[in-house]
Formats: sequence, structure tokens, C-alpha cells
Amino acid sequence: MRRRTPPGPLDYGRSAWMRLSLLVTFVFLYAPIATLVAFSFNDSRRNIVWRGFTWKYYEKALENDSLREAFVNSLTIALVSTAISLVLGAMAAVWLWRFRFPLRAAAEGAVTLPIVIPEICMGVAMLAFFARIGWPTGLPWPLNLGAITIAHVSFSFPFVTVVVRARLVSFNREQEEAARDLGASQWQTFRDVLLPWMRPGLLAGGLLAFTLSLDDFVITFFTSGPDTVTFPVKVYSMVRFSVTPEVNAASTALIIITLVVTSIALWLQHRTRQGTAGIE
Amino acid sequence: MSSAEPIIRIESVSKRFGDSVIAVDAVDLAIREGEFFALLGPSGCGKTTLLRMLAGFEVPSDGRVVIDGRDMAGVPPNRRDVNMVFQSYAVFPHMSVYDNVAYGLKVTGTPAAEIGQRVTEALALVQLEGYGPRRPDQLSGGQRQRVALARALVKKPRVLLLDEPLSALDAKLREAMQLELVRLQDAVGITFVIVTHDQDEALSMADRIAVMEGGRVRQVATPAELYESPASRFVADFIGKMNLFQGWVEDGAAGRRVVVEALSGCACPAPEGPAGREVGVALRPEKVRVSDARPDDAALAFEAVVETAAYHGSVTHLHLRTGAGTRVSATVTNASRAARLPHAGERMWVTFDSRDLVVLEA
Repeated sequence: MRRRTPPGPLDYGRSAWMRLSLLVTFVFLYAPIATLVAFSFNDSRRNIVWRGFTWKYYEKALENDSLREAFVNSLTIALVSTAISLVLGAMAAVWLWRFRFPLRAAAEGAVTLPIVIPEICMGVAMLAFFARIGWPTGLPWPLNLGAITIAHVSFSFPFVTVVVRARLVSFNREQEEAARDLGASQWQTFRDVLLPWMRPGLLAGGLLAFTLSLDDFVITFFTSGPDTVTFPVKVYSMVRFSVTPEVNAASTALIIITLVVTSIALWLQHRTRQGTAGIE
Repeated sequence: MSSAEPIIRIESVSKRFGDSVIAVDAVDLAIREGEFFALLGPSGCGKTTLLRMLAGFEVPSDGRVVIDGRDMAGVPPNRRDVNMVFQSYAVFPHMSVYDNVAYGLKVTGTPAAEIGQRVTEALALVQLEGYGPRRPDQLSGGQRQRVALARALVKKPRVLLLDEPLSALDAKLREAMQLELVRLQDAVGITFVIVTHDQDEALSMADRIAVMEGGRVRQVATPAELYESPASRFVADFIGKMNLFQGWVEDGAAGRRVVVEALSGCACPAPEGPAGREVGVALRPEKVRVSDARPDDAALAFEAVVETAAYHGSVTHLHLRTGAGTRVSATVTNASRAARLPHAGERMWVTFDSRDLVVLEA
């Protein structure tokens, strides 16, 4: 006779088909990325057959001036647009949280609208906008990245707003009053009490903004010119000729940068959270 | 301790929110220097709003707040010589205990050498020596409250405001903290103004109590005065338990007196005022005596049936009904283990001293 005891809440991992489906999911998610990374070391012009290990394409990617330039452009845009998004996004979040005014719900919706608008529409709109106002082209670096940076700010600051706004909901406003009561000015209260509370939100929002900007293709494609190529746009143009291991190498570098930045942010967030656990 | 000029003068202060809500309605109060003063009332009576006007978080719609001889109109909270302990304690979660207590000194530019010494003193005052490096999430609720206290006291304010400071603590800790607050106030000599809805808290701690209701101050008195001579039905009913009867002022052969028909015409001396009017007559349940047999010494005694008997350990609360149908509640002290406990349905004799009756005009 076969005895069947129902699995406990943590026992589901024991059944074979559950493990199998988990494995399939991971393969589905990570096999393409693993292949990409693996073939960046492939000693072959083409990406199909494994012909031995080499660092050659990393050297080639590093020596490729236009690729390097695109990479620096991307990092510059990501850093600047993240900084601006953090300030704008945090200000919008505090504004929506602190004040009551007519049509506040509408304002809240409007601020977060760029999150749901299709990127292609944003791209076309940006292209039309910069053409219409006659945004100057041919400026020296890094001013020539202005249009792309503005476009990136416009789609990434709502993410900062949403994350910081969510964080502010749990803020105990008596803390602000306590600071004022103890002699702090409005500015000191903001700096010493509200800002530290917002920090995890700012960190998460900043991380979102940075990665969104770094790998954005659609909107960037519409706002970049011949002298302002970003990394994703450059990769796209390289792939149009052939998928060489050089592209794999450059993409692997991007993945590693993203992972490192994310890990740092998560670690920082973990550290601040430890200090505030259990206190409203 | 006390001087002629009160440390806080509240002069016909009102606070309206919007057009319809009157939170505080023409309140006049004078709080003396060094006093432990309590604002007592049910929730929504305006006591917290009044306290927040003292701290500067609310601006009076009318009237004046004078603290230490200075009109507080237009003075923001950070420029007032008062400090507050918040209901949620509002300890800064991202700062250590030391930094929390030091914060008020740092932002006002106190020299660093002085800060260290004063913080250490303040932590010692609330019995948190050695807790400086801890973070708030490593503290219990009671300890966080001590941090909030130290943080306010380190500023050496003229007045310390406490907004329901004990409401979040459990019963045992609350009692200990009551004693602790009284000890602290004695030690520092600062005027304490505490807001509470708990009458036990107010009675046991405060030198004087203002009872508030509907935005108005109903009575300002010492705890004993408030308990033994309440000025109105509201105060009588709000503070402790109370038997309330209807009485009439009567001019008779024995002079002017108040007659309570529900208690077989029991009479007590009448206050000033015209005859024939209706007044309230109040009697504390613990001043009602209950016995098995008719007491010989009592002029007035009623036979009554025990309707309910609620045993509370140290005392038993009895609800009785007299032959005339009047309901009387009595509190009996369980002074001896040998004593028999009254139980429902039993016939007993009820008596009291007519000097314990309190005549209430309103």
C-alpha cells in the first residue's frame, strides 16, 4: 500500500517535477546570457562553433575607438541623468506626499505617466520636440549629449518618484515635529530627519534610473545623432553587419558593470535597513 | 518653586479647524512655575490641540499664549523654550541613542565639549547610562520613551510638554513610569504639562488638573479637590465612579436644604441660589457602606437587593437596588480573607454619611 502524506509548506521543493520545472525556468532565463558570455571567449570570427578560448575580442573591443566612445557616452548620460532624476524625483515625491492641493490625484497620475507610455511613442515625441524647438547640434562633448540626457531624465525620474513616495508613506511625521521642537530649522529638519528616511528609496530609485538609462535603446535611438552614439545604439549597428564575439565581449562588460552597481546598491540598502528595522 | 507670575498664561485661546470644527474654545489657564500640570479629558476634547499650541505646532485662531512672560504669537517651535515628548516618542531611527539626545544641542550650536557632558547627564537622569552607542531598534518601548525624555530634558527647557506619554506602555510599566516621571520632575524642577485621557494617571501624578470637554476647560483643581468636590456632573462622572441622583432645593422648617427623593428624602445642606430648582447630588461608591444587618448608628439606611457583584481582587463592585427602586453602586474593600463576599440576589443594608453627598449645579 502506498502512503501519501500531504507535503508541508516548505516541502514542495522535494517533489521531482517541481525541481524539474525550476531547472527549466532557470535554463530558460539564463542560458542565453551564459551562451553570450561563453562565446565572448570563442576564438572564431563567427558565433556558432566553439574553437578554443581567447581574450582576443576583449582586447579588440577595448581598442575599438568608436565602441569605447559609445561606452563613455552611455556612462556619462547614465550618471548625469540619474543625478538629475534623483533630485527631480525626490522633490516630486515630497511634493505629492506633503501637500494637499486640488487635482492632486491627477498630478500623481501625470507624474507617473511616462512609466506606462510606450517607449516608441516617447521616442517619436522627443524627436519631434527637439526638432521643433531647434535644439542645437554639433556642440562639443559632453554638451552634445544634452538632448539624450533630457530624454532619459524624463522617463527615469518617475521611477524615483514612485519608489521614494512609497517610502515616505511609512514616515512618522512626529519625527519632523520632534526635530523642530529640538531647535532645528526647516532645512536642518529636512537634512537630518526626512532625507535619511528617504535614503533607501533614493538608492533603489537611483539604481533603477541608472540601469534604465544605461541600456535604453528606443528613446536614445530617436534622440541621438551621428556624433552621439551610445553603447546600445552602437551594439545595434555592429550587429547589423554580423554578430562577432566582439559584441559579446562588450555586452559581457555591460552585464558585469550592471551587476556590480546593483550589488553595491543592495549592500548599501541592506546596511541602512539594519539600522532602522522595527522602528516606525 | 512658585512665583507670582505664572510660567504659562493661556488667554481666551480658541482653535478652529475649517469653518465648523472648534477644537479649543476660549480657554483660559494659568500654569505655575515648577508645577506638574495635567490636561485631562476624553478623546477629542481639545487637550492635545492645546498642548500643540504651547509647542508651536498649531497657531491659535484667537487669544494669546504667553510663556515665561513672552507672547508666543509668530514664534516657531524651534525658537520656543519648551520641549515635547511625543506620543510615538519619535526617536530618530537612524541615530544612536547618544546622537538622538545630542541632536537638540548640535543643531543649536552648543560647543562640542558641553554636549558630551550634558548628554551623559541626561542619560543618567533617565537611567540609561551606557546606552549611548545603542540604536533605537535595540531598545524596548520603555527605553525608547526614556530616550525621548532625555532628548527633551537635555535642552533644559522652561516647560516640558508630554503628549500621552504612557499610553503605549503596558500596565505594570505604566505604573512604574508614573512614579518615575514624578521623581524626574522633582529632580529637575521643570514645569511639566502632561496630556492624558487616563484619570488615574492624572490623579496620581499631577499637582493640578484641568478637566476638558468639548474644547472647554470644565474645572481646574488639585486631584483631591477634583475627586471630592467635582464642580459639574461631567467632572463627577468622568473622574472615578459616581452615583448620580436628582435633588431639589427646598426651603423648610430646618432651613434651606437639598432633598433627594430617590433616597427617601435624605437631605443635605444647599448651596447659594433660589429654592425650588433642580440640582444633581453625587455620592462616591466607596463612601457607601454595605452591611448584612441594619446598622444601629446610621440615621439613614435602606434595604437593598444586590443585582450584580463584580469581584476585582482588592475590591468588589456592587450594584444594588433599594426598595424604592433606586440603583446604588457601592465599592467594598476586600480587607480580610475571612470576610464573606456579597453575591447577587442577596438582601443587604445600605447606608452613607450625608456629608459625603456632593451637590452639583450643572
